[in-house]
Amino acid sequence: MPLIFDIAVTHIAGRGRQTLVAVIGVAVGVGFSIAMAALMQGGQDDFVRQLVDTMPHVDITDEQRTARRQPAEDAFATVAISGLRPRDDRRGIINPTAAASWLESWIPGRFAANLKTQGVIRYSSREVGAAINGIEPERESGVSPIVEDFVEGSFSALAAGGNNVLIGDTMASRLGAGFGDTITAVSSEGLTRNFKIAGLFHTGTTARDEGEAYVLLKNAQILSARPNAINEIRIKLDDPNRAPAVAHRAEAELGYKAVAWQEANESILEALVVRNVIMYTVVGAIMLVAGFGIYNIISTITHEKARDIAIMKSLGFPESDMRRLFLLEGVAIGVAGSVLGGLLGFAMTYGLSLVRFEIAATGQEMTRLPIAWSVMHYVIASAFALGSAAVAGYLPARRAARLNPVEIIRGAS
Amino acid sequence: MSALIETEKLTRVLPETVPVTLVKDITLAINEKEFVAVTGPSGSGKSSLLYLLGLLDRPTAGTLRIGGRDTAPMNERERARTRLSMLGFVFQFHFLLPEFTARENVEIPMRKLGRLARPEMRERAGELLSSLGLGEHLDKRPDQLSGGQRQRVAVARSLANDPPLILADEPTGSLDSTSSEQVFAILETLVRERGKTVVAVTHDLDMAARMDRRIHIVDGKIG
Repeated sequence: MPLIFDIAVTHIAGRGRQTLVAVIGVAVGVGFSIAMAALMQGGQDDFVRQLVDTMPHVDITDEQRTARRQPAEDAFATVAISGLRPRDDRRGIINPTAAASWLESWIPGRFAANLKTQGVIRYSSREVGAAINGIEPERESGVSPIVEDFVEGSFSALAAGGNNVLIGDTMASRLGAGFGDTITAVSSEGLTRNFKIAGLFHTGTTARDEGEAYVLLKNAQILSARPNAINEIRIKLDDPNRAPAVAHRAEAELGYKAVAWQEANESILEALVVRNVIMYTVVGAIMLVAGFGIYNIISTITHEKARDIAIMKSLGFPESDMRRLFLLEGVAIGVAGSVLGGLLGFAMTYGLSLVRFEIAATGQEMTRLPIAWSVMHYVIASAFALGSAAVAGYLPARRAARLNPVEIIRGAS
Repeated sequence: MSALIETEKLTRVLPETVPVTLVKDITLAINEKEFVAVTGPSGSGKSSLLYLLGLLDRPTAGTLRIGGRDTAPMNERERARTRLSMLGFVFQFHFLLPEFTARENVEIPMRKLGRLARPEMRERAGELLSSLGLGEHLDKRPDQLSGGQRQRVAVARSLANDPPLILADEPTGSLDSTSSEQVFAILETLVRERGKTVVAVTHDLDMAARMDRRIHIVDGKIG
C-alpha cells in the first residue's frame, strides 16, 4: 500500500496546522488518561497494599459460622429443643499445638497465634478500655507490620520477657502515662496485673492506637485465666491472592471460622471495581472527544479533496482504496497522537510522582502521591485512541469512497 | 478491424422526481485506431455518453461492450480495474493531483496497476512526458506549469498504462489556440503513430472536422 500511503502523507502534510491540532487533541486525551490511570491505579494499589499489610491474610478465630447443634438434634430428626442454657464451654481454639504444627506443614507463608481478651488499662485514676493481645513476639513480627510503627521503645522489648506492655501513643496520652511508666491491666475475668510500658506505637489507625495493648501470650493467658489457650491464628501468605484457598482449607480442617482478607473487605474491593468502571468511562469520554477532532479533520480533507477522489476513481482506484486512504489518514493521526500522548502521559505521571504534600489532619507526615507505573495504561489508552481514530476516520472515508466522480467532474467543467 | 467499443440502445436516466434522460438509445461501434469526435450542443448529453463509455457511470438500460466484454455484470472493483488498464481519461481541466510533480502524477496509475518495477515506472513516466515536450518540467508541480503543459501531463498520465482507448472530454476546452493545436496534434499522433483509439468530446467543429469520424448528439440521441 505504499501508493495510498504516499497520498495520505501529502494530504496530512498539506494541512499541517489542522493535523497538529487533531494530533494534540488525541495526545492530550491519551496523556491525561495515562496520568489518571497511573494515579487511580496507584491509589488503589496503595490502598490494597495497606489493607493487605495491616490485616492478616487469613484470620482464624474461635468462632463457628453456624451455631453448634445440640447432640439430641443430631440423634433425632424430629426433635426441636428450645430454652436451653448451654454449658459454659472452654473458649478458644482447641488443641492449639496440633493446629499450629498442621498449619506449619503446608502454609506458604507465616502465621502467629494469639489470645485476644477485653480489658481495661488503668493508670493513676484514668481508665481506657482495651483489647489486650497476648502474642508470641518472634512469630508476631512475621504477620504484623506493627514492628515498624514504634515511636518510642521497640517491639523487641516485649521479647525480652518480664511484665512489659506495648500500647498506642493515643492511649498513652489518654492515660497520661509515658514510656517506662507502670500501668495496671484489668481483664474481664476480674484479674489484675501490672505492666511496664516498654514501647509506644503509632499505626495511623486511631482505633488501634487508642484501643490496643500487646503483652506476652503467657501474660494474657494468666490475665484471662485460660492457661495454654489461644483464640486467634493470623496467617500472612507469601502471595496474598491465595488467601481464599488457604482460608477454605483451614476452615474445613480445623472447623473454625477462617476469613480471607478478600472476604473481610468485600465491600471495599467492590468499591474499587466501581472506581475502575468510572475511570474507564472517563477515559472513554476523553477519547470520544479526541475522536471528534479526528472526524472533523478527515471530514474536512475528504471535502477538500473531493476532486482528487474523483480523479483517482476515474484513474481506476476502486472504492476500497479510497476508504483505506482516509481511514489510514485517521489512524495515522491516532498513532501520532498516541505516541505523543504516551510521552505526555509519562511526563505527567513523572511530574505527579514528584508531588509531595502534607496530610492536614496530622500535619506531620509528608506523603508522595501513590503512582503506579504500568505498560498496560499506555496500551489501553493507545488502544482507545486508535479505536476512536479508526471509527472517526472510517465514517468520512466511507462517505468519500461512495462519491460519484461524474458529479464532481461535471461540476468542474 | 474489430470493434473496441460497442453499445446497443445505451440509455442513462437520472432518477430525479422528474426523471432526466441524459442519453437515449445510443447504438454505436468504435473500432481500434479510430479518431472519433463526439459533437453536439451543450447539454446534449455528449459528456454523459463519454462517462458511460469510460465506466464512470452506469447505464440505466442497454449494453456496453469494451474490448468485446460486456460491462453490465462487472462489479465496482472490476470496473475500476478496467478503467485502470484499458482506459485513459483526459478532461477539460487537467485534474492532476496538486501535491505531486508531473512525473509522479504520471506514475500514479502505473503504481496502482503495479505491473512495472518502480525504476521502470519512473523511466517510463519520464519518457512519456519527454515525448510530449515536457522533458524539462518532470519535477514541477501542476501549479508551476501552464494550462497547456498541465493538459499534456494529463495526456501523458492517460497513456501511463498503455491503454488502447483514450477518452477526452473537451481536452482543449480551456486552452488558448496555440496550446489547443498542440494538444490536438498530440491526440492525433496517438492514433496515427501509437495505434490508440481516441474518442474526444468537443464543441469545436473545425477540430471535429479534422478527425476520422463525427458522432453528433442532440438531446441524448445520435442526430
